[in-house]
Amino acid sequence: MPRLTHLQQLEADSIQIFREAVSESEHPVMLYSVGKDSSVMVHLAQKAFYPSRPPFPLLHVDTTWKFRAMYEFRDEFVGRHHLELLIHRNPDCVEQGVNPFDHGSAMHTDLWKTEGLKQALDLHGFDLAFGGARRDEEKSRAKERVFSIRSAQHRWDPKQQRPELWHLYNARVRPGESVRVFPLSNWTELDVWQYIHLEEIPIVPLYFAAERPVVERDGTLIMVDDDRMPLAEGEQPELRSVRFRTLGCYPLTGAVESSASTLEEIIQEMLLTASSERQGRVIDHDSSGSMEKKKQEGYF
Amino acid sequence: MAHATDDLVADDIGEYLRRHEHKSMLRFITCGSVDDGKSTLIGRLLYDSKLVFEDHLAALEADSRRIGTQGGGLDFALLVDGLAAEREQGITIDVAYRFFTTDRRKFIVADTPGHEQYTRNMVTGASTADLAVILVDARTGVVTQTRRHSYLVSLLGIRHIVVAVNKLDLVGYSQEAFDAIEADYRSFAGQIGIEDVTCIPISALLGDNVTSRSANTPFYDGPTLVQHLEEVEVGDDGPGKPFRLPVQWVNRPNLDFRGFSGQIVGGTVRPGDRVRIVPSGTESTVARIVTADGDLAEAASGQSVTLTLADEVDVSRGDVIAEAADPPSLADQFECHLIWMGEEHLLPGRPYLLKIGTRTVGATVTHAKYKINVNTLEHEPAPTLELNEIAVCNISTDRPIPFDPYSDNRDMGGFILVDRYTNATVGAGLLTFELRRSQNVHWQATLVDRDTRARSLGQRPKVVWFTGLSGAGKSTIASLVERRLHDLGFHTYLLDGDNLRHGLNRDVGFTDADRVENIRRAAEVGRVLVDAGLVVLASFISPFRAERQMARDLFDDGQFIEVHIDVPLAVAEQRDRKGLYAKARRGELVNFTGIDSPYEPPGSPDLHIDAAASTVEENAERIVDYLLEPGVLRG
Repeated sequence: MPRLTHLQQLEADSIQIFREAVSESEHPVMLYSVGKDSSVMVHLAQKAFYPSRPPFPLLHVDTTWKFRAMYEFRDEFVGRHHLELLIHRNPDCVEQGVNPFDHGSAMHTDLWKTEGLKQALDLHGFDLAFGGARRDEEKSRAKERVFSIRSAQHRWDPKQQRPELWHLYNARVRPGESVRVFPLSNWTELDVWQYIHLEEIPIVPLYFAAERPVVERDGTLIMVDDDRMPLAEGEQPELRSVRFRTLGCYPLTGAVESSASTLEEIIQEMLLTASSERQGRVIDHDSSGSMEKKKQEGYF
Repeated sequence: MAHATDDLVADDIGEYLRRHEHKSMLRFITCGSVDDGKSTLIGRLLYDSKLVFEDHLAALEADSRRIGTQGGGLDFALLVDGLAAEREQGITIDVAYRFFTTDRRKFIVADTPGHEQYTRNMVTGASTADLAVILVDARTGVVTQTRRHSYLVSLLGIRHIVVAVNKLDLVGYSQEAFDAIEADYRSFAGQIGIEDVTCIPISALLGDNVTSRSANTPFYDGPTLVQHLEEVEVGDDGPGKPFRLPVQWVNRPNLDFRGFSGQIVGGTVRPGDRVRIVPSGTESTVARIVTADGDLAEAASGQSVTLTLADEVDVSRGDVIAEAADPPSLADQFECHLIWMGEEHLLPGRPYLLKIGTRTVGATVTHAKYKINVNTLEHEPAPTLELNEIAVCNISTDRPIPFDPYSDNRDMGGFILVDRYTNATVGAGLLTFELRRSQNVHWQATLVDRDTRARSLGQRPKVVWFTGLSGAGKSTIASLVERRLHDLGFHTYLLDGDNLRHGLNRDVGFTDADRVENIRRAAEVGRVLVDAGLVVLASFISPFRAERQMARDLFDDGQFIEVHIDVPLAVAEQRDRKGLYAKARRGELVNFTGIDSPYEPPGSPDLHIDAAASTVEENAERIVDYLLEPGVLRG
């Protein structure tokens, strides 16, 4: 029997995490963001429960400001795989028309995503939610548990986090408390891309370079995805060959100039260039402790 | 990211991917004292394997200037110091997991702090590691902490040790210094049974022998640290062992398919293999090894699969599917090593939850034999266990569990203890062997059972458990309730805490551990009396939720009625019929509930009596009314 490769071992461990989480919770859900990590998570969940279907729905906490290509991909993807998809849009945000231009990126993200997520979890009474976060994404995540306990207010308290030994996860919570489970904890960005390549996992076309209409703002290339994007006096979208390393709300997601139009080229470009994945997210560009703060507030 | 294999990436990405998609993985732990340069070493590994992105590097440069310890030069430690609070303190306080990769392996590093009080973190990090890198400062040599770290990693079953003799630049790359440390370490390692030791002279700060060979150490002709990590064979948990699959999930997509999903934790399996289900003891044959990528002809330790069996046998989560010829043992009393991880200390006798494999059962530590001083490895008496202490204990579970000794199989012999109320993981244990005691004491079946006795008495046996502060009026009320029930023709018995302490519990004091034992005995007596068909009125302060739960767990659902006799502390203290509060306040009585020992009120008692608001007679009547409701004491 040959030794398992690192990807086989990561896969087997993630499957173990999925099965454990489902067995130890009453009402699990998977947070589905439409990004590549979500695609990998769904793929792993399908493997974990095969020939059964994953015994939980997907939850997309929508902001109405995602790229159009993401909505198209999402609907096609869940249809093809016969997955149950719940979509939650914070009704207060819908009513007030919260958007990144008038309300700023921080408030936009907080109200749509952080508050929206809490609302959706409370609404459906989920006691366990799978998320796609990885420990390699940011320094403060290196200590995050695979099973991360949240208070009834959805807060993350470093003191309440439990030691995790061997493959033994403790998912027991009191009423109101919940668990976030991160099956990709030990994967790196490179692992994820290699796995997508090896397993031929479908991802949103925005990850591949194509001619897209962009404007440059504060050194960041923003795609003009629809006519809700207000243009400054004289600002003219121009077609450039760009792709996205991470996906979110289109006005808040920076594109990179690229000609990488295949998976191999993307991985090649990633290995030869020099900025880490989260840099494309406008939200992270404040003080160095920002990720940690967001975690405490329930962002993940 | 200027990768080590730039050229291959640029020239033939397809070939690069083929190679990198087939490399193996190694998990290791780094241990060192505060100033051994552990963070610097890990930062260096990340930096040298070119896994530091440019934006992270920019942050590193800025941080190095702001709070670095290298006079403005790159402080690699800052690459790995995580949470904001600890960064200010300059120490790491939890297990962090780091990742780097070379052309040959992916590495997961458990980065654990080395301070005395953080045994918990080191044990956690070591539990998933195949190898340990132990840092030794070349200037100080093998110190107490080195021994402690070595003991802990060997206790956790790590068989491969790398001793990285760091800061060699500060002793002029002296061979004598290196040789002396190596000799010193090997003699110590031999004593605690560590066989595979590799010593490497390095400077994490300057990079000597980390990824590239150093010209400063001509006396050393072994591999660099990274080379060793890439080449070392750690697959010794593999195929030679008996097959084990703890069942995680029963897979039933439709009536025609019934599979058992889990991750193999030992040995290999093939269709046609004879297997035994433990604990039931049923045997069957493996029909298929099902995965989403198609059926397998063979599967081995580490793989997550779904098995189907040739026969219709009853298998559920928590069972172990094992090699029929070599199944795990089944027992409910064990000796174990226990590492305490809770903020609250261990209470022998208190019921905890024990999770092993995919099974969770109730468990109590029956006896802590001795503590192990991790610095001297000496044995010390162990009435109880505090955070970060290690002891050899006897533990008993409320039903038999399948297990292998930890030294044979980490996943079949490692367990965690969970507090039943906070749900915190409070301990980690390694099963050493089963105690024979339980096997030789069989339950004697009787011809007349509880239901028969209860029927002949014409009542439903119950225990009514009165809890509350001393002086709340528990015994007075319980006594009135008993009188009333007796008059109505019920067969009753009053168990009183004070009275029991004159006889059965005469040898039990008032420390937390003693209170636990006191309640355990009282509850067991209550169980016997209920078994005899009686209505039992039990009056005990019983200050801890966990023990009241333990008592409740001895009975069937609905058989245990918890009554909280609730008065404010001030009221109880003012009554003070026995003069105990006054004594406690004067310090003549220690561990007195409400004064210097806590009372944990019930969250949702079956009956809550606001005892200060009414007379004892009225309170007793309320309880009697409740008991006379249909279905409680009468059918």
